[in-house]
Amino acid sequence: MRPFAYVKPLDVEAAVLAAAAPGAKFLGGGTNLVDLMREGIEQPDTVVDVTGLPLDTIEELPGGGLRIGALVRNSALAADRRVRTGYRMLSQALLSGASGQLRNMATVGGNLLQRTRCPYFYDAAGACNKRDPGSGCDALEGFHRGCAILGVSDSCIATHPSDMCVALAALDAAVEVRGTGGTRRIPLANLHRLPGDTPHIETTLTPGELITAVELPAPLTARSRYRKVRDRASYAFALVSVAAALQVDDQTVTQVRLALGGVGAKPWRAREAERMLLGGPADEAAYRRAAEAELAAATVRRGNAFKVTLATSTIVATLRELNMEEAPQ
Amino acid sequence: MTAIQLKLNGRVESVDVEPWVSLLDLLRERLQLMGTKKGCDQGACGACTVLADGRRINACLALAVSYDGSEITTIEGVTHPLQEAFIRHDGFQCGYCTPGQICSALGMLAEYRAGMPSVVTEGDELVAGEPTEAEIRERMSGNLCRCGAYNGIVAAIRDVAGADAR
Repeated sequence: MRPFAYVKPLDVEAAVLAAAAPGAKFLGGGTNLVDLMREGIEQPDTVVDVTGLPLDTIEELPGGGLRIGALVRNSALAADRRVRTGYRMLSQALLSGASGQLRNMATVGGNLLQRTRCPYFYDAAGACNKRDPGSGCDALEGFHRGCAILGVSDSCIATHPSDMCVALAALDAAVEVRGTGGTRRIPLANLHRLPGDTPHIETTLTPGELITAVELPAPLTARSRYRKVRDRASYAFALVSVAAALQVDDQTVTQVRLALGGVGAKPWRAREAERMLLGGPADEAAYRRAAEAELAAATVRRGNAFKVTLATSTIVATLRELNMEEAPQ
Repeated sequence: MTAIQLKLNGRVESVDVEPWVSLLDLLRERLQLMGTKKGCDQGACGACTVLADGRRINACLALAVSYDGSEITTIEGVTHPLQEAFIRHDGFQCGYCTPGQICSALGMLAEYRAGMPSVVTEGDELVAGEPTEAEIRERMSGNLCRCGAYNGIVAAIRDVAGADAR
């Protein structure tokens, strides 16, 4: 690993100040950054270890929502009673990701900023516009079974790997960040950028800005669920995942949230599908039409075309399950 | 070099370490504790699992400096009926993954007893007592065994989990 300077500030102000230096990187649980540093893909001059900051609590907000400190560990968030009852899809998404050990290490802030698992991003011998801007994209004609089909560009078809972020997208979460200029709030939908022709720029954060918290609005009245489809029963990234919430009154969809993982260049809120479902019938044909409309925008390649069918079927199945749960036959 | 202090298997250790040294390399190369194994060195296999302040982690993805002041338990610090159970149930063949399996299982059982859910947990509550086979398999998925001793591993953990629950 390339040598670096290490600091471990104990308050947010000092952390933000330390990160203002060029070549500085924040270190949370290390599950992604340490791996990338060992591979030489990340080469920070200074590592600002933020695990000593007092950002590890979950607090209730006046309006009924939750404020989740950026250093809350994934396992602690998934197990939190308020999350399990009020935001079931979030707890399930977290528990679908990684392994027990990694969930104990990984932080909420780090999960938001984790980088793609595209094999060419990790392969220093290959071309990757995200790792080495302008070098090309070997995934386009290469092994791209896991790559994205929504929001992709000719420069990059990498998938955003997070499960947690998919649930946060469906839940209309917001991210609180602190920079040298003060604090600001970013809707989760605006945190991650689509690749376009600058896939190396992944978020709308400015250099040195620190994620301090994630805020969730009050729980939905609709029941929710996270369903992940992958090559192994556990401990694998999603081929397709669906975060969904559905409320049905008199056979009519009165509330719906839908977001997709494993298929998007960023955590993918399926707004077109939501628009088609809301106010319409809660039946399989309607679910399928909505899913197909969302996937109509897909750009597929030889090796990942199957994701259109898989995503459509998984959306339909997840909505069907939610509807049956809500009104047992 | 940064001076750090760990409570390692019950003993306080003060060491100077470069910030890029992983907890795994510190244990094996500097402190000569070879029980914790290096498998993939990228967080994929679980062979390096240790307990940090009672929670299981992958030591290969942990920078040692970041764990200054922590209590670390490696397999050398474990004396538990689970070790006998692994022998009784043939929970290994080559044995390379075993220290990580055992540390992971101890952390996993503590998580289970604390009421932490897994993705296969049905409903809102865990059934008190013994985890089911499905729960054990899901919760232990971060530990690979390339000899394929999984059935024995699950049997050993079930054996001890039942005793623990009583």
